[in-house]
Amino acid sequence: MTLQILWFVLWGVLWAAYFMLDGFDLGAGMLYGILGRNDAERAAIRRTLGPVWDGNEVWLITAGGATFAAFPAVYASMFSFLYLALLLVLFALIFRGVALEFRAKGQGPAWAKTWDISLMIASLALTLLLGVAFGNIFRGLPFDAQGYHGTFLSLLNPYGLLTGLLFVALFSVQGALWIGLKTEGELGRRAVKTAGALWYALAILAVAFLAASYFATDLAANYLRHPVWLIVPVLAVAGLAAVKIWAGREKANLAFAASSATVVLTTFTGIVGLFPNLIPSRSDPVSSLTAFNSSSSPTTLTVMTVAALVFVPVVIAYQVWVYRVFRHKTVVGEKPDSLDY
Amino acid sequence: MDVLSLSRLQFAVTALFHFIFVPLTLGLSILVAWMETRYVRTGDEMYLRMTKFWGKLFLINFALGVVTGITMEFQFGMNWAEYSKYVGDIFGAPLAIEATAAFFLESTFIGLWVFGWTKVSKKVHLLAAWLVAFGTNLSALWILLANGWMQNPVGYVLRNGRAEMDDFGALITNGTGWTIFFHTVLSGYVVAAFFVMGVSAYHLLKKNQATLFKVSFRTAALFGLVSAVLLAFTGDQRGIDVAKRQPAKLAAMESLWETKSGAPMPLLQWPDEKNERNSVEALKIPNGLSLLAFHKASAEVKGLKDFPPDERPPVLPTFLSFRIMVGLGALFVLLAFVGWLLSRKDKLETKPLLLRIFLYAIPLPYIATELGWIVAEVGRQPWLVYGLMKTSDGVSRAVSSGQVVVSLLGFTVVYGVLAVVDVFLLTKYARKGPQEASR
Repeated sequence: MTLQILWFVLWGVLWAAYFMLDGFDLGAGMLYGILGRNDAERAAIRRTLGPVWDGNEVWLITAGGATFAAFPAVYASMFSFLYLALLLVLFALIFRGVALEFRAKGQGPAWAKTWDISLMIASLALTLLLGVAFGNIFRGLPFDAQGYHGTFLSLLNPYGLLTGLLFVALFSVQGALWIGLKTEGELGRRAVKTAGALWYALAILAVAFLAASYFATDLAANYLRHPVWLIVPVLAVAGLAAVKIWAGREKANLAFAASSATVVLTTFTGIVGLFPNLIPSRSDPVSSLTAFNSSSSPTTLTVMTVAALVFVPVVIAYQVWVYRVFRHKTVVGEKPDSLDY
Repeated sequence: MDVLSLSRLQFAVTALFHFIFVPLTLGLSILVAWMETRYVRTGDEMYLRMTKFWGKLFLINFALGVVTGITMEFQFGMNWAEYSKYVGDIFGAPLAIEATAAFFLESTFIGLWVFGWTKVSKKVHLLAAWLVAFGTNLSALWILLANGWMQNPVGYVLRNGRAEMDDFGALITNGTGWTIFFHTVLSGYVVAAFFVMGVSAYHLLKKNQATLFKVSFRTAALFGLVSAVLLAFTGDQRGIDVAKRQPAKLAAMESLWETKSGAPMPLLQWPDEKNERNSVEALKIPNGLSLLAFHKASAEVKGLKDFPPDERPPVLPTFLSFRIMVGLGALFVLLAFVGWLLSRKDKLETKPLLLRIFLYAIPLPYIATELGWIVAEVGRQPWLVYGLMKTSDGVSRAVSSGQVVVSLLGFTVVYGVLAVVDVFLLTKYARKGPQEASR
């Protein structure tokens, strides 16, 4: 029981960590061709992502692996129910990664353009798909003891799409602030300004999302039962306000910290509302996959807890250290000291 | 085709494609880290150019290994949901640990390695190279312990309608998993060694930066020779393990139909599955198979007829893949030995024909590793988990054949594009050669 709750929380933590970290990669990827007005600026944006994007993506693989190990039935259902959506997620992940790795390794305008466009489209598509997938999980999927009754198109319901747009707005603010935080001069200032402008869209979508969640999902039930948890969405909103205030004062580092907190708190707004469900069923609530009916055995959860306690702090330590090594701002036009010539 | 056949085909295609990149990563990460070690120790700038040249080829390959690897994790849930549900309790743990213990390590430090040349000290940079090498090899260990469990399930109990973990220690000390691990990583070292020898041979033929490429060649030849010999040894260990734990696979690998004590080994052989016999069987080595499989001349080897027809793996692909793999394995020992001898005596440039052979030998270890996986996985059929779960019981129920057709076509197109880009970039940078020495 305790272990199941612990792993439910860790499941949320892993997704939140992934959204927070890859959120800025994806946001910067979406805005890459818009904020980067010339080759030098685009190279600078890529250079802010180069050292860290791969390590960030592993949080997704870990979230997937942990779901598999701790909640096998959830893993099996989520991935097979959302088959085509996940296929597109895979393709987006592939093109995002390849674009970042190969863009600087070829020559000629056609090569550059191909990977620039694929970086932007893949980042946008991945963000949208993740949002749509989570929106549908918040809303509940149509399945019962007989199986799954939805299709790819049924995922594109208004609430799912709204969550998708919320993710796009959230990550693009996160990404713009990252660029603002990590690049010198004109590009950095423009990025922070853009984040401030995008913030309005994010604020509108956030309000719409909270309202729609009340009507279209059961997320509110936990909050009505235990109002103390309202602290999570309240802090998310506070974080959102702080983003605007600090972006307005051109404090990119504080605005980025606030935006990161907003991503985590927004994720947990959903996770708290879901508990104990990991995937609620909208056709038959009894079939819902919960932390209690779909978890692994106590033995496995114990082994996994020990593994997490040993490895996760180490991972966090060296990732923080690598971020510190690359803490300096990138100067537009500066010759990189990497293998990418 | 039905969902099952399509999903099997898709898994085969995506796994074999992923495994074009993995073995080179496993071996080249070590070679590059070693080159950088030489640089840090000697301060000789040639080793730096060498590290950067091979490092760049490593990175192109590494990127594709990463992006095609995610597909493998996703597919367990997407196409094999019943399998994931049934065995996730024990099979999921090594996968999750692989991500936490190994993927983070390689992915975080590869970023430091690529972008950190002037950001950290030489020694810290070198440490990053070794951590990448360690991380990639550690990830192989965890995924192969998972595969080892599918070949030889241990440490579980059937409870609550699924296979639940009972003994994690048994899972991580599973002899099958460990022999698969050693055999697989060593095959990767051989791939990398022949890659480095082949590309070096190309530049030696062109008389381009001869010193640098002679040193590269010699390093790779020694690495390749040691690995190829150990590879043969671990292959023998694999054979013994298969004989003991997967007798039907062994029978298919050897196309042995009748159970025999003191089973001979025909050098020329061709299976005739329909008539449950071999259409060709000649040049028999007496007791050869018994000796090979059990290290005992009189040992009894089970024939395929001892298994019901629906529990026999497809014979021809298993048999043929095994034979070719073993033949290639022997060739690698020979070639690596010749290469090592010549480079030691500094006679490489006097043998252009041999250099050309090394250049064209680059694909051979790739072929051998792919064939090895065909032996391992096709030979396991019809089981998904040997003796515990049939492949046909593991496929997703929520997925339609139309969806798998779409995904299979999608993978074919996307992977086709990736293959073209990969070959283009690798050839481009391999041909271009390292930076000229600065004066």
